[in-house]
Amino acid sequence: MDNAKPKKVIAPRTEMPCQPAAVRARNFKEVALGYTPEMAIAEAKRCLQCKKPGCMKGCPVEIHIPEFIAAVTQGDFDAAYRIIKGTNPLPAVSGRVCPQENQCEGKCILLAKGQPIAIGRLERFVADQHIAGTACEEVSGSSTCTMAPLCDDGNKVACLGSGPATLSCAGYLAANGIKVDVFEALHEAGGVLIYGIPAFRLPKDVVKKEIDAMRQLGVSFKTNWVGGRTVQVSSLLEQGYKAVFIGVGAGLPLFLNVPGENLIGVFSANEYLTRVNLGRAHSFPAGSDTPVYPGKHVTVFGAGNVAMDAARTAMRMGAESVHIVYRRTRAEMPARREEIEHAEEEGIQFEMLAAPLHFNGDANSVLESVTLQRMELGEPDASGRRRPQPVEGAVYDLPTDLAIIALGTRSNPILLDATPELDKNKRGYIVADEETGETSIPNVFAGGDIVTGAATVILAMGAGRRAAKEICKRIKG
Amino acid sequence: MPTRIVHKESLIPGTTSKLVLDAPQIASTAKPGHFVMLRIDEQGERIPLTIADTDKEQGTITIVYLVMGKSTAALENLKQGDSILDVCGPLGRATHIEKQGTVICVGGGTGIAAMHHIAKGHHRIGNRVVGIIGARSKNLLLFEKELSSFADELLISTDDGSYGHKGFVTELLQQRLAADKSVFEVVAVGPVPMMAAVAKTTQPFGVKTTVSLNSIMVDGIGMCGACRVTVGGETKFACVDGPEFDGQLVDFAELRRRLGAYRSQETLSLEQYRCQCHG
Ligand SMILES: Cc1cc2nc3c(=O)[nH]c(=O)nc-3n(C[C@H](O)[C@H](O)[C@H](O)COP(=O)(O)OP(=O)(O)OC[C@H]3O[C@@H](n4cnc5c(N)ncnc54)[C@H](O)[C@@H]3O)c2cc1C
Ligand SMILES: Cc1cc2nc3c(=O)[nH]c(=O)nc-3n(C[C@H](O)[C@H](O)[C@H](O)COP(=O)(O)OP(=O)(O)OC[C@H]3O[C@@H](n4cnc5c(N)ncnc54)[C@H](O)[C@@H]3O)c2cc1C
Ligand code: SF4
Ligand code: FES
Repeated sequence: MDNAKPKKVIAPRTEMPCQPAAVRARNFKEVALGYTPEMAIAEAKRCLQCKKPGCMKGCPVEIHIPEFIAAVTQGDFDAAYRIIKGTNPLPAVSGRVCPQENQCEGKCILLAKGQPIAIGRLERFVADQHIAGTACEEVSGSSTCTMAPLCDDGNKVACLGSGPATLSCAGYLAANGIKVDVFEALHEAGGVLIYGIPAFRLPKDVVKKEIDAMRQLGVSFKTNWVGGRTVQVSSLLEQGYKAVFIGVGAGLPLFLNVPGENLIGVFSANEYLTRVNLGRAHSFPAGSDTPVYPGKHVTVFGAGNVAMDAARTAMRMGAESVHIVYRRTRAEMPARREEIEHAEEEGIQFEMLAAPLHFNGDANSVLESVTLQRMELGEPDASGRRRPQPVEGAVYDLPTDLAIIALGTRSNPILLDATPELDKNKRGYIVADEETGETSIPNVFAGGDIVTGAATVILAMGAGRRAAKEICKRIKG
Repeated sequence: MPTRIVHKESLIPGTTSKLVLDAPQIASTAKPGHFVMLRIDEQGERIPLTIADTDKEQGTITIVYLVMGKSTAALENLKQGDSILDVCGPLGRATHIEKQGTVICVGGGTGIAAMHHIAKGHHRIGNRVVGIIGARSKNLLLFEKELSSFADELLISTDDGSYGHKGFVTELLQQRLAADKSVFEVVAVGPVPMMAAVAKTTQPFGVKTTVSLNSIMVDGIGMCGACRVTVGGETKFACVDGPEFDGQLVDFAELRRRLGAYRSQETLSLEQYRCQCHG
């Protein structure tokens, strides 16, 4: 690699092509189309190759960002892929779903000038190049970069759940020659990447290819196995698994606890999204037997990624209007910025500073409207955010025939109730060592949302990887 | 891993069948009160069905279904030796079974099969089991033979009087509770109106009443809230908090309404399936 720094003429950030809003709002194809090689190289050339790169500090798995970007400027996408893959097992996923503005891009030196390097888009580009197969084939003549190691059957590890935490743990172990069996409760592996995040943001092929690649490394995925029901943690250890990794996520949906919440037409975002993504309700009845409730005037409660996904999915299922109801303002919305912008472009309306009081139904208990309380921002609370408070007397109705609640999730009791030896914290999540992920049961590890509460894909992957490192050390000495 | 149908038996031609499935892992851990989620093929919907029996030695579980719509109609089209793509379980909380004396197990329609497993559990632990089963007519009565093989007593009612008492199971239940003070619990599994009527019947007697709720389910493992029911004024998830609840506390009217939420789509799905099947 040559050390000459590129000239500091900083071009504007390279935009990523997208499907036009009016078209994409009615289909499930991916919204953002990805960079071409020319765009990627142009964007990579903006990078200053900082000596003390802020971007890396912002990355929860410490991808060697300037290095991979340098490889992109050289057009060496295969080398770039290997650099990313060195610390991040699922770059095609994280490039698409990480909240980059709070992570790498939020710490990029160029942010001060308003336009950080589009690190996420570059990561996605590199990963997609690899998936397309061209990069590796040119170099090695084979379509996989990773060497298939010998699996030692005497040393096997069980993982419960198959979301990003497990995928990252299993991937690391398999690459180190350790046999992994993954036990997943649903009929398809991938966790939220499959049942939660819609295809227009993360095409299901991307996840499937990553999982297939793991299968090639010797990881076996056993679906329809419920930890705590079909199989117990203790029996896995008795069966000779050297370690168990628990990555079952935090999937139990929260409701608002307001009157009328069980009317016909009120759903959790998890149900709505699971029916469409896992159940493929978008092709009901010809291609799928799973229906989803139809809504003309949809309201979604919440302002995170889950709320954006539910709102945009409802639009694609044929809604005439979709409102997102949030008790604070747009500035406080926790969703990825790109998703908020895309939602707006697609015609989602933001009903800010409003909180639901009750749902109203007709004589047959079918939802007709929601009564909202107008809010205003008051004094900052403990978290430093200004606390929303009701504006006295400002109460109004919003007609709606489909309400989707996206207020967050809690830990699922199935595995935890069946495994009382597992220490939990006050919030009901598993207590795990920060460094190793080990729980109160020796050789049983945990990571991802079941430890932190609902968080992000990349944090789950980081936790899976830390546990895998420790497991590897113990097995291999 | 697809699950093989080792035995299929039609109980009521065209509407109700019994399947014995090769599912050793589920059989080894299943208890009375548990259910499975099942998906027939790639296109299929996940549907819940109660485990009506298990054979731990053979590694099999038994399910009994009533043909209602697309999924159960497709199940009815499978033959012995065919496979079901996904079977997941055992799910739900097992029935609380403790040796306490006399228990009355009430079953209606297809619910008799589900009730059978619970009654068997009570029998095995040493409780005196009084079974009360009912159907519209004699030819629609399920599991009479299986139940009479262990139940200490079996009372039967049919709506049309073609067999046993003419009338409803609740009338037999009412008489029994009035005459027998040793009953510590009544368990009821069947159509929602039947379970509601059982709860109403037992209320004046103050006897513990357990009902098994059949709300709409999607995942069956607590991740969606489709199955939510109101019990004692609180929202519960039938798949993880139930499916059995205290019959005196259940909001049956709400349950019945929620069961109808997808009626128009269900009709569409079944019509389309019937068209395909019949050319
Ligand atoms: C709709 C939606 C959109 C999101 N968007 C983003 C985003 O854009 N960016 C981002 O960073 N994060 C996003 N998140 C959050 C992110 O997806 C999660 O933080 C992450 O998936 C957590 O990973 P995990 O491996 O801990 O668990 P999960 O992905 O939840 O996977 C857990 C798996 O365990 C299975 N399971 C549960 N119980 C059992 C059991 N008893 N036995 C066996 N298996 C079990 C579940 O079926 C599931 O497959 C989103 C979440 C949702 C719901
Ligand atoms: C815990 C539990 C145990 C059950 N055990 C049995 C059993 O042992 N035998 C049996 O015959 N039936 C049982 N049921 C009911 C059975 O699941 C439904 O009859 C079945 O899903 C109907 O599917 P379908 O496609 O054939 O009919 P559809 O046309 O889809 O629906 C017909 C009716 O079935 C109900 N239903 C539809 N979808 C679901 C769903 N996903 N989950 C639950 N109910 C639904 C609705 O009330 C609907 O109106 C049980 C339900 C629950 C919740
Ligand atoms: S902080 Fe920004 S400019 Fe500096 S190395 Fe990282 S991506 Fe490049
Ligand atoms: S069926 Fe989804 S939570 Fe019960």
